[in-house]
Amino acid sequence: MSNTAPAFRNRISYQALLLGGFSFIATALLVLGNLATVDAIEERMREDLRASLSQVIPASVHDNDLLANPLAFEDDNGRPLTVYRGTEGLEVRAVAWEIVGKGYAGDIRLILGIAANGDVLGVRVLSHTETPGLGDKIEASRDDWILGFDGLSLGNPPIDRWKVDKDGGQFDAFSGATITPRAVVAAIRDGLEFFKRHRTALVSPVVITTPALSQESAQ
Amino acid sequence: MSTDYRRLTKDGLWDNNIVFAQALGLCPLLAVTGTASNGLGMGLASTAVFIVSALMISLLRDVITPQVRIPIFVLIIAVLVTLVDMSMNAWVHDLHKVLGLFIPLIVTNCAILGRAEAFASRNRVLPAVVDGVMMGLGFTLALVALGAAREMLGSGTLFANAALLLGDWAASLELRLIADYKGFLLIILPPGGFIVLAFLLAGKRLIDRALAARKEAVAGEPAGA
Repeated sequence: MSNTAPAFRNRISYQALLLGGFSFIATALLVLGNLATVDAIEERMREDLRASLSQVIPASVHDNDLLANPLAFEDDNGRPLTVYRGTEGLEVRAVAWEIVGKGYAGDIRLILGIAANGDVLGVRVLSHTETPGLGDKIEASRDDWILGFDGLSLGNPPIDRWKVDKDGGQFDAFSGATITPRAVVAAIRDGLEFFKRHRTALVSPVVITTPALSQESAQ
Repeated sequence: MSTDYRRLTKDGLWDNNIVFAQALGLCPLLAVTGTASNGLGMGLASTAVFIVSALMISLLRDVITPQVRIPIFVLIIAVLVTLVDMSMNAWVHDLHKVLGLFIPLIVTNCAILGRAEAFASRNRVLPAVVDGVMMGLGFTLALVALGAAREMLGSGTLFANAALLLGDWAASLELRLIADYKGFLLIILPPGGFIVLAFLLAGKRLIDRALAARKEAVAGEPAGA
């Protein structure tokens, strides 16, 4: 930026070309960066998902890759919902999908695993923005509160007890953060009711379109 | 033109420290410093952006005209941050899960644009890069100091989850200072960031004043004798 710069540098067209050229190079760099990392990022995402799923569908109840053959479903509002299935052979032993609770400071994303008979196999928090130190007791790494849902179902406890204790239910609402556990309990209860309504479709045997396998299942 | 590298080092780390002297970059600073490890990760990522942006802007200083320099600096910094974000997501994924939300905040670190404008665009490559390194390290120092103070007061630990950042050997760095500490929530929340930062800023001024007083005393002696 010295004073001896050639005169063309002050032309408006030079400025425009300069800015345009930099934008072009920037775009090219971002495209290259994306190409170099997109596969690795996708692989990491799948690892994360597989790790979360394996926490809510124990290895003892299925023998497949939980990410294989997910079921494209629709939630009550008509939005697409991916249901992951744990199968033994072609029989569906357990299903898991993402449920969302309305927390104190935003959505609480959870993953809910349910056995074919309607029992909760496990629930884990995927992400939340609750208050550190109060609402974050819903994380399995901080408190075993979330493990208390294992083995429960819609009839156990009865439906009017599927609430936090402050509302007359049976689940502990930790002090100082009632909204958070209330949201989690409601989300799990809704998930169980969703399962009850759609049970037939959710646990119907896996249809695999590969010729060799479909022949086998026909026998 | 000779460059005083000692001056650059001292400026970056202490005298003109981005946080403690210029009070810049507070947005990423306060957001991530719940633990010392988070601070270190954010500091190293910011340092990388400091260095590369200083290098590129210094190299291009004769091409870029003053009229369009600001959009170009912003573009260069934004591209660098995006590349850092993508590579961290791909290759240090666990750390990215902790810091991911905050990496894009590096763009909002006005200190990087500030150094690009005030130093890198007016100096040769080597001094520009040295300035980038020192400013980055100074920023990292501030992040780790603030993170360590908040972590010790707020959670009673030090360098928790350092292994996510530095690999398994760093697990030995993780300290639990006070067993069964219930935590001090205020310090972990954003207001605690401001409070602890205020104490650190006051501490730096006290040290500076003590140093100046000692210097004066040393300088004063021969005159009095």
